[in-house]
Amino acid sequence: MPREKQQEYRDHPINENEEIQPNSEINDNVDDLTEDLDALLDEIDEILEEDSEEFVENFIQRGGQ
Amino acid sequence: MHRRIYGLETEYGIICTPDKNKGKKLTVQNVVMYLFREIISGRMYPDVFLENGARFYQDIGCHPEYATPECDDVIELVAHDKAGERIVTRLATTAERRMRADGFRGKISIFKNNLDTVGNTYGCHENYLMEREKVSFRQLASQLIPFFVTRQIYTGAGKIKRSDQGFYEISQRAQHIREEISIATTTARGIINTRDEPHADREKYRRLHVIVGDSNMSEFSTFLKVGTTGIILRMIEDHFITERFALRNSVQAIHEISEDVSCKRLIELENGKRLSAIELQWQYFECAKRYLETVDSDSTTDEVMARWEYVMTCLEEDPMQLERELDWVIKRKWIETYVKRRSLDWNSAEVRRLDLEYHNIRQDSSVYYKAEKRGLTERILDDTQIRRAMHSPPERTRAKFRGRFIKLVNNGKVLCGVNWSYIQLYEPYQKLYLSTDPLEPEFEEASRMIYSI
Repeated sequence: MPREKQQEYRDHPINENEEIQPNSEINDNVDDLTEDLDALLDEIDEILEEDSEEFVENFIQRGGQ
Repeated sequence: MHRRIYGLETEYGIICTPDKNKGKKLTVQNVVMYLFREIISGRMYPDVFLENGARFYQDIGCHPEYATPECDDVIELVAHDKAGERIVTRLATTAERRMRADGFRGKISIFKNNLDTVGNTYGCHENYLMEREKVSFRQLASQLIPFFVTRQIYTGAGKIKRSDQGFYEISQRAQHIREEISIATTTARGIINTRDEPHADREKYRRLHVIVGDSNMSEFSTFLKVGTTGIILRMIEDHFITERFALRNSVQAIHEISEDVSCKRLIELENGKRLSAIELQWQYFECAKRYLETVDSDSTTDEVMARWEYVMTCLEEDPMQLERELDWVIKRKWIETYVKRRSLDWNSAEVRRLDLEYHNIRQDSSVYYKAEKRGLTERILDDTQIRRAMHSPPERTRAKFRGRFIKLVNNGKVLCGVNWSYIQLYEPYQKLYLSTDPLEPEFEEASRMIYSI
């Protein structure tokens, strides 16, 4: 549940003084994150595949409210 | 439980990109026509109510606009806002098929943002129903202005700038605000808009129409934007705020705060004090905390307060910590990461395109939704809630009955004219049901009628 997650955030504020011990679990998480990050960047590559210059120039709307 | 009607109107940006070498170009007007073809017939004006009680129509400047049904809970409102994106997405898919049949091959992109390439703006309007007699408009406006000027630090959707102007700013809309108070929605836009069409008993209610905010992709940002504003309105109605937050120059302040991604820039109050947007928002937060000890709260309000406090704490330490929660931070994080990893020039077309595609509501080409699918954004809802909201109106407001009538109309059972405040049944029933209070299921007689049909 998003709410529980939020609570978790608040209960564990980022504490710069706290020493983080390297262990395999954390390393796994970091690997997962890097994997997600790289995968997302690849997906962004696909989104931007076509001519961005032309796309951006063509995106002209009449003003709304 | 304290109840209020909330509503969100979103004007979408739209463009059709023809397939390479194959497609003929379609104007925005033509694409919008294709979008509506699924739900309107022949020469009708594109303006319809949907079975979830929402309204979908073509607005000024040829924007498709989705207005949520009346909701009395902020989480429900976020669900109906997201449902709107999915309904429009579905219409775009059908529209592309129809276009192909007519010889136009291309892809429709729809953006939930507030700016086009040359700086035209379109809006996301929030609506709050208020009891008219509780507070004068003047008092309402003066207490709301400093709140609206500063809340952008968590409601902003972010925009890139040319690198010689500082790379990035917090709000899409802030630089288009020119007045403190104004009736205009297309020219000299105000921090406070004075349009007041309650679609209800005018003596009893006013409708606060807010045009100063950005469109949000992040459920979290939308939730916080409407949730905090709702709490502030309650305090104003109950005359609880005694602090003087009036700013020396509110319009200048809204521009300056948007330009400062550290959120630490000091702005001057009328009384000579200088505070940052964070400090001012903390004061509103503390005030709300004291207020909620004196009145009935509810689970949604508690959740708004918890998230508000969390966001303020992070903003104070380092806004970039909110890379899962706030639109302006999520987008900035992914643009910066992409620019770095791909060694791009900040002024390149790719970066400008990225700024746009963050807001694409079609999930297969949306940077926001790509991040959401990988669990990189904080959510308020699950997909079931959104799917339900696409077809079902809110249960506790008059939208419920409107939705039911629309279902009957869509099934060919009745003919009727529908608006926010009335339902008119044509032959052979010849009935007019008028609602003066959106919070009351006042269409009760109409309900009996529905079951008899």
